[in-house]
Amino acid sequence: MKETLKSKSLSSAGTMAVRILFAVVAAFPLVFMVVSSLKPDQQIFGDMSSVAAFLPIGNISFDNYGAVFDRVPAARFLINSIGISAVTVVLGIFINSLCAFALSRMEVRGKRIVFTAILATLIVPFQTLALPLVWWVNQLPYFELNGFSLEISKGWLDTYQVQIIPFIANAFSIYLYHQYFESIPKELDEAARIDGAGWFKIYRLVVMPLAGPATATVAILTFLPAWNSYLWPLMVVQSEELRPVMIGIQYFFQLNVSWGEVMAYASLITVPVVVLFIAFQRSFINSIASSGVKG
Amino acid sequence: MTTTHLPPTPGRRVAAPAPAAPPSKPHRRPRYLREQFSGWAMIAPAAVLLLAFVFLPAILGFGLAFTNARLVSPRPVEFVGTDNFVRLFTDPTFWRALLNVSYFAVVVVPVQSGLALAMALLINKKFRGVNFFRTLYFLPVVTSMVVVSLLWLFMYRKDGLINEFLSAASFGLIDGPDWLNDPATSMPAIIILSIWQAAGFHMIIWLAGLQSISGELYEAAQLDGASRWHQFRYVTWPGLKHTRTLILVTITIQALGLFDQVSVMTQGGPLDSTTTIIFEAVRSGFKQQETSYASAISLVFFVLVLLISAVQRYLTREKD
Repeated sequence: MKETLKSKSLSSAGTMAVRILFAVVAAFPLVFMVVSSLKPDQQIFGDMSSVAAFLPIGNISFDNYGAVFDRVPAARFLINSIGISAVTVVLGIFINSLCAFALSRMEVRGKRIVFTAILATLIVPFQTLALPLVWWVNQLPYFELNGFSLEISKGWLDTYQVQIIPFIANAFSIYLYHQYFESIPKELDEAARIDGAGWFKIYRLVVMPLAGPATATVAILTFLPAWNSYLWPLMVVQSEELRPVMIGIQYFFQLNVSWGEVMAYASLITVPVVVLFIAFQRSFINSIASSGVKG
Repeated sequence: MTTTHLPPTPGRRVAAPAPAAPPSKPHRRPRYLREQFSGWAMIAPAAVLLLAFVFLPAILGFGLAFTNARLVSPRPVEFVGTDNFVRLFTDPTFWRALLNVSYFAVVVVPVQSGLALAMALLINKKFRGVNFFRTLYFLPVVTSMVVVSLLWLFMYRKDGLINEFLSAASFGLIDGPDWLNDPATSMPAIIILSIWQAAGFHMIIWLAGLQSISGELYEAAQLDGASRWHQFRYVTWPGLKHTRTLILVTITIQALGLFDQVSVMTQGGPLDSTTTIIFEAVRSGFKQQETSYASAISLVFFVLVLLISAVQRYLTREKD
């Protein structure tokens, strides 16, 4: 009895050691990034061969951060990314939940075919769509109000809308909302209808307030790819003032600046997301877990 | 509890139990029509957007692959038959790209899913600090691949962190390679950082699978005196059947789509050792503006994705 207890605690100590090893491997590059962003290049390379590479010691300052803003319009890139992500998330939540509401809670004829067609889009990876989509958005008309005259020009390339509109509707968000709405009792709708509420009112005042977890999931799963997007803006954005952060850092890197400054820029666009992640850690991970089980 | 009637607020009113149905028979017909109309009005915005930005480009991509379309061109688009595919299949760079992503997938699929499963098993039990470990393991996933690539580009330098570590750990015996500038080590370098970044994501999916296995099965196994290995072999592993298929399919498809890392770190080099299918598509479609040729590559990629998910589904289904 005593022996089995002993071996059990030994093995749990071993398990803990493996856990810590994995944690160190997961965290060291990011710690290295943030620590290096505070050091001048000479010290980064000097510290490389010792533990000092992971410790904010020596010649520490925020100079690299200042340099990032001096060299490129980094504030503009940040505002662009925040704006693009926010609009995509907000419109995505509204349009996809509205669609899922009608598909799951109303007796619309032909809704089964529509839902199947929407789910079918899930099998197409974005990489396959990207290149024909570039050609296609370049054919679309672009309306611009110039004073009192409406100007029509061709092509959406190099605009904000091309970074937002194609990503608002999302089959997976519709699917998530649909699943969630199915779990809300339909008697609530009936009661509201008898009280004279219209369908949009039921959506707005009955179903959506109950769908908080689904909304959180959709918000997270829309925000992350919008903030991290790279392939798409690489192809459709040329002007400096329209660049999102991920394209901005790529150009910044090509300016042959110091590594400390590159690490400062990288920290600048990573740390806010990491802080957000830690704050909403539970719903974040749960949403990924539920999104994974889509089969 | 008072019995006085509260003024009904809109929110509260709907939550109340339904009163007896009022006589509403005569209004049935307009009500039905109105439901159809509102329903379609609610479906339309999302449906139109999906039609315009998923269905249409998908069909266009299929069509454009058989034409000579360019991104910006004064010439009208003409049908050229299978010219693009003939060119593609006789291009050694395409075959090299196919070989590279196969190499990438063959290593990444088992190693990454295995490590992710190990991580999930390590944090599946309740213990002090479980949230701390879960958060740390997941941290690389929320970091964008562009940032990860720049970070590792720096660590992979000849005098970078990785080589300094190898040298220190071997007491100066190992003199690390110039990872990204050597055709022999460039792909392994990309493989390592890719696994590092994405393992946490698949850990969460494994974890969801593990938690769906009933605890009673483990209790029964323990009563029968099953060892931990036997519990894993006869309870956990079969219980993860669906999760396994899902993870294999998602990792394989993600592996075939390899792009960001290559675009940031190596631009397909050195000597085409890291070029990939999507990288080739973007190079011809975006840099050389050959939409039609890029569409042909995308189409081949899509067929590959379909084929692999079909094969994996078939294999995992047949085993039972």
